[in-house]
Amino acid sequence: MNDLVRLIGLAQPLVSKHLRVLREVGLVGVRDEGRQRMYSVNGQSLKPIHDWVKTYERSWSKRFDRLDVVLEELKEMKEDDRGRDE
Amino acid sequence: MVETSSGTAVVTLPTDTQILIEREFNAPRHLVYKAYTTPDLIKRWWSGDRGEVTLAEVDLRVGGRWRYVMEANGGFEVGFHGEYREVVPNERLVTTEVYEGMPEGEAVVTHTFSEKDGRTALTILMQLPSQADRDAVINSGMEGGMQEAMDHLEQVAVSLH
Repeated sequence: MNDLVRLIGLAQPLVSKHLRVLREVGLVGVRDEGRQRMYSVNGQSLKPIHDWVKTYERSWSKRFDRLDVVLEELKEMKEDDRGRDE
Repeated sequence: MVETSSGTAVVTLPTDTQILIEREFNAPRHLVYKAYTTPDLIKRWWSGDRGEVTLAEVDLRVGGRWRYVMEANGGFEVGFHGEYREVVPNERLVTTEVYEGMPEGEAVVTHTFSEKDGRTALTILMQLPSQADRDAVINSGMEGGMQEAMDHLEQVAVSLH
């Protein structure tokens, strides 16, 4: 917890509040080690969000793959028309 | 041989109402801007693998309107339109964007083109009016993906006949 407060640069009560919400939804786990509370990230529970965004991301990737082809042509045209184009 | 592969798009969600899309292109930014704002060029890439662009109208000036229509693989038409709010050639475009199937969720989209060593970093920041609208945009990718999956399934089914 002290490490997190230092790394994030927010006040400790605020960090605690965020961690509580993250714990409630299962994104972080916590265990007590003596006087310290150790938090860990649960990557598996982030997977649905990752998958959700990934499908949308893929549609942009397909779009940009086609844009790459157009850009290659524009670059070649520019070389052919050097001095006339632009 | 020129390297054409520039990696994949990276999508992140900076806030509950935003979507950030980032991609690098192996071309100077005036060409990326040209491909982004010229109707005949837009028609060649904007639909990705979802279908074909049947209409691309661009009135590239502040207050000018744009409209793209795509015939999706399923046979239905998908239209988007909006207005240009800022036009800084080769650098920055701010537009509104409405998916005509969900006209209440108007986005404000900021495109930034920055060039380094002949390559262009494009960032697209979409600001949606609400989290529900933002989620609907992300879900549209899911629906598109489902549509493609169904199309592929259909092809497989037909080939098995």
